[in-house]
Amino acid sequence: MRFRRACLAALLVIFGVALIGASAEAAGLDDALAKFTTDDFSDTADGINDVAASGSARAEIIVRALQDGRLMFSAERKAVYIKDDADKLTDAASGQPAAGDPPADLDNVRINNRLRGVIDAALGGLTLLSHDPATRKDAAEAVFKSRDANALPRLEDAIEKEQDPRIKQALMQAHAAIVLASDDAKDEDKLAAIPIIQQRGDQDALAILQSLPADTAAPVAKAAASAAAAVRNRLAVWNAVQNAWYGISLGSVLLLAAIGLAITFGVMGVINMAHGEMVMIGAYVTYVVQETIRTRNPALFDYSLAIAIPLAFLVAGFVGILIERGIIRFLYGRPLETLLATWGLSLILQQAVRTLFGPNNREVGNPSFMSGAFDLGGITITYNRLWIICFALAVFVALLGLLRFTRFGLEMRAVTQNRAMAASMGIRTSTIDALTFGLGSGIAGMAGVALSQIDNVSPNLGQGYIIDSFMVVVFGGVGNLWGTLVGSFVLGIANKFLEPVAGAVLGKIAILVLIILFIQKRPRGMFALKGRAVEA
Amino acid sequence: MTAHILIRSLDRGAAIFLVVVGAIAILVPILNLAVPVSSTLHLPTYLVALFGKYVCYALLALSIDLVWGYCGILSLGHGAFFALGGYAMGMYLMRQIGTRGVYADPILPDFMVFLNWKELPAYWYGFQHFPYAALMVVLVPGALAFVFGWFAFRSRVTGVYLSIITQALTYALMLGFFRNNFGFGGNNGLTDFKDILGFNVQAESTRNALFSISCLALMAGFVVCRAIVTSKLGKVLIAIRDAESRTRFLGYRVESYKLFVFTLSAAMAGIAGALYVPQVGIINPSEFAPGNSIEAVIWVAVGGRGTRTGAALGAVLVNYGKTYFTSGWLAPYWLFMLGSLFIGVTLLLPRGVVGTFEHWLTQRRARAAAASATAANAASAPPKPQPAE
Repeated sequence: MRFRRACLAALLVIFGVALIGASAEAAGLDDALAKFTTDDFSDTADGINDVAASGSARAEIIVRALQDGRLMFSAERKAVYIKDDADKLTDAASGQPAAGDPPADLDNVRINNRLRGVIDAALGGLTLLSHDPATRKDAAEAVFKSRDANALPRLEDAIEKEQDPRIKQALMQAHAAIVLASDDAKDEDKLAAIPIIQQRGDQDALAILQSLPADTAAPVAKAAASAAAAVRNRLAVWNAVQNAWYGISLGSVLLLAAIGLAITFGVMGVINMAHGEMVMIGAYVTYVVQETIRTRNPALFDYSLAIAIPLAFLVAGFVGILIERGIIRFLYGRPLETLLATWGLSLILQQAVRTLFGPNNREVGNPSFMSGAFDLGGITITYNRLWIICFALAVFVALLGLLRFTRFGLEMRAVTQNRAMAASMGIRTSTIDALTFGLGSGIAGMAGVALSQIDNVSPNLGQGYIIDSFMVVVFGGVGNLWGTLVGSFVLGIANKFLEPVAGAVLGKIAILVLIILFIQKRPRGMFALKGRAVEA
Repeated sequence: MTAHILIRSLDRGAAIFLVVVGAIAILVPILNLAVPVSSTLHLPTYLVALFGKYVCYALLALSIDLVWGYCGILSLGHGAFFALGGYAMGMYLMRQIGTRGVYADPILPDFMVFLNWKELPAYWYGFQHFPYAALMVVLVPGALAFVFGWFAFRSRVTGVYLSIITQALTYALMLGFFRNNFGFGGNNGLTDFKDILGFNVQAESTRNALFSISCLALMAGFVVCRAIVTSKLGKVLIAIRDAESRTRFLGYRVESYKLFVFTLSAAMAGIAGALYVPQVGIINPSEFAPGNSIEAVIWVAVGGRGTRTGAALGAVLVNYGKTYFTSGWLAPYWLFMLGSLFIGVTLLLPRGVVGTFEHWLTQRRARAAAASATAANAASAPPKPQPAE
C-alpha cells in the first residue's frame, strides 16, 4: 500500500515537472509560430530557426508540415494550423483539433528555395536526437551538407549522447564542417576539425577543405591544403578501384556472352552470328517466367531466376541443336558460308521475337536479393552486378569441370584437337558437334538470364554483345576457356579505364584498334592452340 | 581499233553485260526525259534515282566479288569504304551549299554553326574543289584499306578472323561518325545538298546524268575487274583463294597480292558510295552499320561469287526485292525473307544464280563436246541434235 502511494507521488512529481517544462517550451514555440503569420519570407526563416531552437516535441512535425506545404496560418487570429490529408486543421502548437470554424483568411505559409534549404538544415538539426539510428545518420549528413551554424548546440548535445560509433563519427564530421565554415570559430578548433574532415575523404570533404573562408589563418589554410591533397590521393585510389570494379563487372558480362561462343568456335570452327540471339532468347525466357509467376503465384517471384536459368539453358540449347542439325551441319568446312547463314538466322530470330513480343523493351524485375547496394570504402557495389560476377565465374568453373571430368568433355576435347583421329577412335563426331553447339547455345541462354537483370530486354539485346564477344574470343584465343576468361576481364577492365580518359565511344574504338594491333603480334590470340589443330 | 581488240577479248557473258548496262545507261534517261509524261513508257524521276541507287549497289557488289569471289577475302566491312567514299562526296556537296544553308554561313556547314563551331576543321579544307573531293573519294577508302590490310595480311589474319576484324572496323567507324565532335554531322550526317558541279542535284537532268555516270562507272569497274582476274595476276589471286599456303610455298608474296586487290576493291567501293550520295541526297552513320556490309555480301552470294555479272545482278535483284517487299503489307516479313535468303542461298544455291547457270552451260557444252567426239569417232552414225532445254 505504501509502495503504491509512493509510486503515485513520484508519478505526480514527474508529471508536474514535465508539465511545467512543457509550458515553458510552449511559450517559446508560440513566439516562434507567430513569425509564420506575417507572410514574409525572412520572418518565416526566423520562425523555422526559432521553432527548431524551441526544443519542443512538436517542432519536427511543424517544420515537416511546412516542407510539405501543409502549414496554414491566419493573420487575423494570429494562429498557425497544420492541415492533414483530409483537410482537417489541428492547432500547430498543441496538436489539438482546431476549435470552431476555420478562419476566413486561412492561407499556406509560403516557402521558396532559400527557405527549403533552411528547412532541410532545421530538420537535420531536429532529427539528430531521433530514436531511429538511420534517421540520426541522415540528420548528421543533412547538417554536414548544410553547415548550418544554428544546429551547433544540438549537434554538440547529440555527440555527447550518441552511442553508435559510426553515427558519432558522422556527427563529429558535421560538427567539424560547421566549425571550418564559420568565421568566428577559433583556429585551434579549426585545426582539430581538419583531420576529421580528412578522415571522411570523399568529394564533399574535398569541397569543404578547398572552400575555406578567405581570411583563414595561415596555419589552418596550410593544414587544410595538405589534408585536401591527401583526400585527393585517396579519391584517386578509390576512383581506380571503382574503375576496376566496373571493369570486372563488364568483364563478367563479356565472359558470359563469349564463353558459349568460345566453345562452338573452338570445337567446330563455326562462327555463329546468331549467338547473340541465343542470349536474347534466354532473356525472353526470363521475361516469360516472370510474367507467369506474376499472374499465377507472385510469392515465387524471388525464385524466378532460379527457375529461369535452367529453363533458358534448355530452351536456348534446344534451339542451338536445331540450328546445328538444320543448317550448320551442311556447311562444315565452309566457315564463311556458315557465317552468312547464321547471320540470316539471327535476322529471322530477331524478327520472330519482334513479332511475338513486340519491338519494345520488356520489363524484367530484379528479385529482392539482387536489388540494392552496399558501400565498400569509397565505392558503391550493387548486388545485381555482384551476383552476375559470381554467376559468370560459377558458369566458367562448371564448364571447366564439365570439359575436364566428364566423358562428354573428354570426347569434346578429342574432337577439338583432332577430329579425324577422334572419329576413328569411335567417337560419334556429329553427335558431339550437335551437343557442343547445344551446350554453347544453352550457356548463351543462361547469359541472357543474367543480362536481363542489367540490360533492356528487347529483340536487339543480342546485337549489342555479338561484336564484343567476338573480340573477346579473337583476343583470348580459340579453343581455350582460360583465354576467354582472361580476354573478357582484360577487355572489360581496359574498356572502363579508357572510358573516363577518352569517352565511351573513343574508348571502344581504341580497344578495337588495340586488338587489331595485338593480333599482329599473336594472330591466334593470347592462348593459342598449338600443333596441327591450328591449320585445321 | 583498240575498241575492236577490247570487244574481241571479251567473252560472250561480259559482252552481254556491258551492252545491257550501256543500253540501260542510254535508255533510262531517254524514257525519263524524251518520252512525254502522258505516255505509258514514261519513267518517273523517282525511279531514275532508285535505279541509280541499285547501280551504285551493283558497283559495291562488284568490288566485294573481286576480293571475296576471286581472292577468298570475306570482308564484312566494305560498307565502311562505301560510306567513306560517300562522306567524301557529301563533304564536297556540303561545301557547295554555301550561303543557301539555313544559317547562311558562307563557309561552315549548317551543323557546325548549330554546334557553335567557329571555324572549319582542317580536314574539311579543300573539299570545295571537286577534283580534290574526287581524289579523296578514292584515296580515303583506299588508304584505310591499305593500312588495315597491311596490318592484317602481313600477320596472316585470314578467314573468319579477318571477317570479324573488318566487321569491327566498320562498327568502330559507325560509333565514331555518330559523334558530333567528329565533325561529320553526327547522327544526321550530311544532307540538304544543293549543287553538284554547278548543276542542281534535284533537277531531272542532273539525276539522269548521275544515273548514266553510275552505269559508266559500273561498266568501267567491270572491265577493270575482268582485266585483273583474267590476267596472270588474277590466276595468282585464284590460287590464293583455293590454296593460300601452297601459293606462298610456290614463292608468291601472298600478302602483297591480297593487299593490292583489297585496296583496289575498297577504292571501287568508295566510288560507288560517292555516286550513291548525290542520288540519294543523304549520307549518315547508319551506312557504316555492320548489317549493311553483310547484306552487300549476300547480294554477291545470291548472284554468284566469282562471276562478276552475278554480283551486279544479285545486288539489283535483292534490292529490288527489298524495295518491293518493304513498301507493301509484306513489310513486317521482309527480315524473314532476307534471313531465309541468307540461309537458302548458302545451303541450296552455293554458286548463286549466275554461277549455277554458268555451271549448267559448261556442263552442257562438255556433254555436247563429248557427244560430238563420240560421233566423230563412230563416223557412221550422224550426230544427234541436242534436245532444246
